[in-house]
Amino acid sequence: MSEATRAEVCVVACAEVWRDAGELLVSPIGLVPQVAARLARATFAPELLLSDGEARLVAGVWAMGETPTTYEGWLPFRSVFDLVSTGRRHVMMMPSQIDRHGNANISFIGGDFNRPDVQLLGVRGAPGNTVNHPTSYWLPRHSTRALVPRVDMVAGVGNDAAAAAGPGASRFHDLHRLVTNLGVFDWGGPEGTMRIVSLHPGVGREEVLEATGFELAADAEVAETRLPTDEELRLIREEIDPNGARDREVRT
Amino acid sequence: MNDKRMSEDEVVAELRSGMTLGIGGWGSRRKPMSLVRAILRSDLRDLTVVTYGGPDVGLLCAAGKVKKLVYGFVSLDSIPLDPHFRAARQAGAIEAAEYDEGMLFWGLYAAANRVDFLPLRAGLGSDVMKINPELRTVASPYGGDELVAMPALRLDAAIVHQNRADAQGNAEYLGPDIYFDDLYCMAAERAYVSCEEVVPTAELGRVHPATMRINRSYVAGVVPAPKGAHFTSCEPDYGRDEAFQRAYVEAAADPESWAAFSRRFLEVDEAGYQAAVAELTAGAGAAR
Repeated sequence: MSEATRAEVCVVACAEVWRDAGELLVSPIGLVPQVAARLARATFAPELLLSDGEARLVAGVWAMGETPTTYEGWLPFRSVFDLVSTGRRHVMMMPSQIDRHGNANISFIGGDFNRPDVQLLGVRGAPGNTVNHPTSYWLPRHSTRALVPRVDMVAGVGNDAAAAAGPGASRFHDLHRLVTNLGVFDWGGPEGTMRIVSLHPGVGREEVLEATGFELAADAEVAETRLPTDEELRLIREEIDPNGARDREVRT
Repeated sequence: MNDKRMSEDEVVAELRSGMTLGIGGWGSRRKPMSLVRAILRSDLRDLTVVTYGGPDVGLLCAAGKVKKLVYGFVSLDSIPLDPHFRAARQAGAIEAAEYDEGMLFWGLYAAANRVDFLPLRAGLGSDVMKINPELRTVASPYGGDELVAMPALRLDAAIVHQNRADAQGNAEYLGPDIYFDDLYCMAAERAYVSCEEVVPTAELGRVHPATMRINRSYVAGVVPAPKGAHFTSCEPDYGRDEAFQRAYVEAAADPESWAAFSRRFLEVDEAGYQAAVAELTAGAGAAR
């Protein structure tokens, strides 16, 4: 098995997010998280539920871009909202901006809400997701444009905003991990701020600090993100992502 | 029994400028596009549009029909962003009420239930509370958490697209998801259902009774509209016309190409639209 690419390291780092998640729906936004969720279920987290992104729960392993063959449930959009409210879900969203408290923006950039410089998707389900069940984030390009001191719009609720809004917001609020092309982060820093958990092999601490638009907490010794096992590489390359969708998000 | 069949233009004749209009479907999926196209051809204006937005929103914005948009997102699914929606927002041309997707669901559900609001957690701690300053929270009368009181999204009219319906307004979806089409109908004063095919009542519900989600008590009009959701998807009758959707997005790149697209596809009646699409598709086939 040839050496793991950065994209494959990211896949495994994202998969690790759900290692002990339990029997719940994983909703991965983005290509690397989709490969990761399928990998996690095919290996160390078989109890996870996955959807086809349309209206069905899928059983077994299926390749990126392929139609699944076995379904284990019906999950139209209305049922997704029901499921969000029960808390049995862990979403991984792709923010356009995220700050050190974990506030995340997918709505607009620049200007003000009534006349944004750049209109994006809208808040989608981010406000409800973040106050109802565990949330993680994926950022394929770690940069000061994305990791910012203040987001232009709080779509996904961060730790400070959840605390300020009271128990209705904070009771089930649970920011878990941010995975980027450079490393893995959590919110174990002072007052629930972002902290380095591990850096991917070949990534230096300075490189990460320079690419981050705010102060990052870090222990004196920072771990290295683990490499994929041979079996994980085989599953990624041969069964889950033979056409290399992961490389479109993270170039090696 | 009351025969509720009518044409797209007859539906539009019942609508008024300034109305609040709910549009069914989700993103670029099973949108009542033939009714949207009829609105584009009309002199209706100043609409408040409530929807999980797709190209319906883009087209209505491009035609200057929208005063206010109430939405959780606007997306073309296979293409993340709609160019006309972006342009309208970036020009400050429309009022916007952006909600969490679940809040929109709850607002429609409150309207359908004829209650002023429904409580939910979504929105708390987010800037949705700031950009919608009329939103209030409500204390639990039972000692639990204070939650968002999502106001009812009452609709003057709703338009949705289904796979089959009878002439009386009983409608059936055959794809994997009703989306929120039934709720739009229930939340509206008058609801209009376009469908791929009008069939005898006895032909409905053969797959499973749960496909008959919309009954005639919610429906004011039935519009026979084969390919009426084009270019959005209408499973299992047809998938999204990805090539046409790309053409729509590319045409929006500059005013000249948009004018040409409009002349060819929008400044014609529905039969003219479907003929132009067929011609485009045949041309693409011949070029292959």
